Amino acid sequence: MKIEAIDTSETKEYFINMGPQHPSTHGVLRLLLTLEGEIIKNVEPHIGYVHRAIEKMCEKSSFQQIIHLTDRLDYLSCHMNNEAVCLAVEQGLEMDVPERVKVIRTIIDELNRISSHTLWWGVMGMDMGAITSFLYGFREHEMITEIFEETCGARLTMSYNVPGGLMFDIPPNFQKMVKDFLFHFKKKLPEYDTLLSNNIIFTERTKGIGYLSKENAIAFGVTGPSARASGFACDVRKLKPYSAYHKVNFKEIIFTEGDCFARYKARIDEMWESVSIIEQLIDNIPEGDYFVKTKAVIKLPVGEYYQSVESARGEFGVYIVSDNKKNPYRVKFRSPGFANLSALNKIAQGCKIADLVAIMSTLDLVIPDIDR
Amino acid sequence: MKILSIYDFSNLTQAIHTWLSGKMSVVSTQVVEMILVGTVFLLFFAVLGLVLVYAERKVCAIIQVRLGPMRVGKWGTAQTLADFIKLVFKEPLITRDADKFLFNLAPFIIIIASFMAVAVMPFAKGLQAMDFDIGLFYISAVSSIGVTSILVAGWASNSKYSLIGAIRSGAQILSYELSAGLSLLTIVILTGSLQLSEIVESQADGWWIWKGHVSSIIAFVIFIIAGTAETNRGPFDMAEAESELTAGFHTEYSGIKFAFFFLAEYVNMFIIAAIGATVFFGGWMPLHVGNFEAFNNIMDYIPSVVWFFMKVSAIIFLMMWFRWTFPRLRIDQLLTLEWKYLLPLSLMNILLMAFLSLMGWHF
Repeated sequence: MKIEAIDTSETKEYFINMGPQHPSTHGVLRLLLTLEGEIIKNVEPHIGYVHRAIEKMCEKSSFQQIIHLTDRLDYLSCHMNNEAVCLAVEQGLEMDVPERVKVIRTIIDELNRISSHTLWWGVMGMDMGAITSFLYGFREHEMITEIFEETCGARLTMSYNVPGGLMFDIPPNFQKMVKDFLFHFKKKLPEYDTLLSNNIIFTERTKGIGYLSKENAIAFGVTGPSARASGFACDVRKLKPYSAYHKVNFKEIIFTEGDCFARYKARIDEMWESVSIIEQLIDNIPEGDYFVKTKAVIKLPVGEYYQSVESARGEFGVYIVSDNKKNPYRVKFRSPGFANLSALNKIAQGCKIADLVAIMSTLDLVIPDIDR
Repeated sequence: MKILSIYDFSNLTQAIHTWLSGKMSVVSTQVVEMILVGTVFLLFFAVLGLVLVYAERKVCAIIQVRLGPMRVGKWGTAQTLADFIKLVFKEPLITRDADKFLFNLAPFIIIIASFMAVAVMPFAKGLQAMDFDIGLFYISAVSSIGVTSILVAGWASNSKYSLIGAIRSGAQILSYELSAGLSLLTIVILTGSLQLSEIVESQADGWWIWKGHVSSIIAFVIFIIAGTAETNRGPFDMAEAESELTAGFHTEYSGIKFAFFFLAEYVNMFIIAAIGATVFFGGWMPLHVGNFEAFNNIMDYIPSVVWFFMKVSAIIFLMMWFRWTFPRLRIDQLLTLEWKYLLPLSLMNILLMAFLSLMGWHF
């Protein structure tokens, strides 16, 4: 056997396909990594593995049907997605929904946000190698899911909103269940800090890692807690209040560090804010109808309608072009995950493989939201 | 202090030896005894693997507020056996362009390395397969053979994930070997011997963890950190790093070959815990409290082998506790921890211990 001499003085870059089947890409994202040793030179996300042509399907569907498709985008903030479509349609119909609907929508929004963030927290821990947090996160996630099940029958893809209101009224024990949950959750949230936030290994892994500047956050269109951790005030709930958000007092969580820990902390603090929002509203649900009767076939006047909401991941926008038919002419979703993913390459360059996992985790990507 | 003679295993081994010598020649007695010991260790390995995997799953379940395996057998006790049977019947896949010889060899190296380390373990009084006078040195030597297996497995798999895992693991184990060795040396200063049976005997009137002042406590903390790192377990499971490298160096292994790596991890954990128990916690020596005679006598009635396994279980539980609560370190942080903190600390600790021992300030 002839052994060829290898020049060891020269190092070579190499490629790794991270995904589509990989434990920490959370679904079917494929990242083409260019590495030099463990240092990341370039990250090239390849998407489209769960592309279901939802925007095209929307063009063939009635406005009521679109709602059920939006559940399948960012399935962790399905209620916000539903709400965006409903608000856009209501805007087109120039319809004013009852106060009761607005308040219930807001409560469910915030519950949905907490459920998304608890799941994110669990998965974040798992990405960092602390598997226990996954189970703890799911414990609280499960409690909210049970409230949803009681409210509308579905656990994940709720489709609780309909244009003009809600599909059902809230069940009689809704307030009690939510209060029970909040009582439990306020005791458990400090536990989250004990397990991860205050852990020396965790802070070492996240502080100063994966810096995203405010300028880059704006340039890449990053929104949500990921952008607010870089100091970019972009909370749609504050900027363009919808539903009952103008009635409640809450803080927009803003950090200026822009690193993984700031993004982590932003979400943890956001959960506290969500708790406070629900507490302000839960005892003040006005009496009244839970929907406004709409025609069986909704036709929007000719025009363009845009409505954005703050989903758990950032600004979720729905853009509807109507030509006064029963189907929209064109629907475009502005999904927060897609914009957040675009910043990944910028953030991750020069980091190590282990940091990339932390960065992806703190960007909180949901792949069906990106692929649509 | 007296150890009750009924618990002395040397009576048993001596009886077997005389009985065998009466039946056959010296050489065949030797051969038969070797085979006997080998078989016993094989059985011990199998049982150890099954018990530890079950224990880990239950401990992890308790920490994670759930039940763990409950379906197979009472309380899920037969779960690991079922898993093992599944692994045996799985197809052993080999990746294309893998170095077949090395690929198949790697699992055996790691098993043999841990097998060799168990040989000198003093399980109870008189229950020790080999009693080298360099026992501790021997253990450090053979337990480092395991890293070759990981490197070979990573290289031969022809997969980049495996290779990264293997290289990380190589750097990690070689570094932490130093701290583990130095922390054990700290106690060797007190015992004056590397022979494991003597180290145990020297703790008849108290365990070194108490007798050696703060210095031996520091040594134990360093040892348990370095030991966890050497077994490639969380928070130091850099070689596996599930969320980064899918499964690290054994990504491409399946079936029984994977089971070997899996078993070796648990056996290595047992070895680290056993060394810790022997060197710091008196091995099979019972717990004695000063001049509290009644208590001490009752403690003497607990068999030495039970004492040994109780102490080992306690340390193993500690290591499982680490794994299920801490996040994973990054590779550079891991090496920083070793070279910048643990190594200087253990070197200083040795000096401190030498000083203490010179002044006769230990108990």
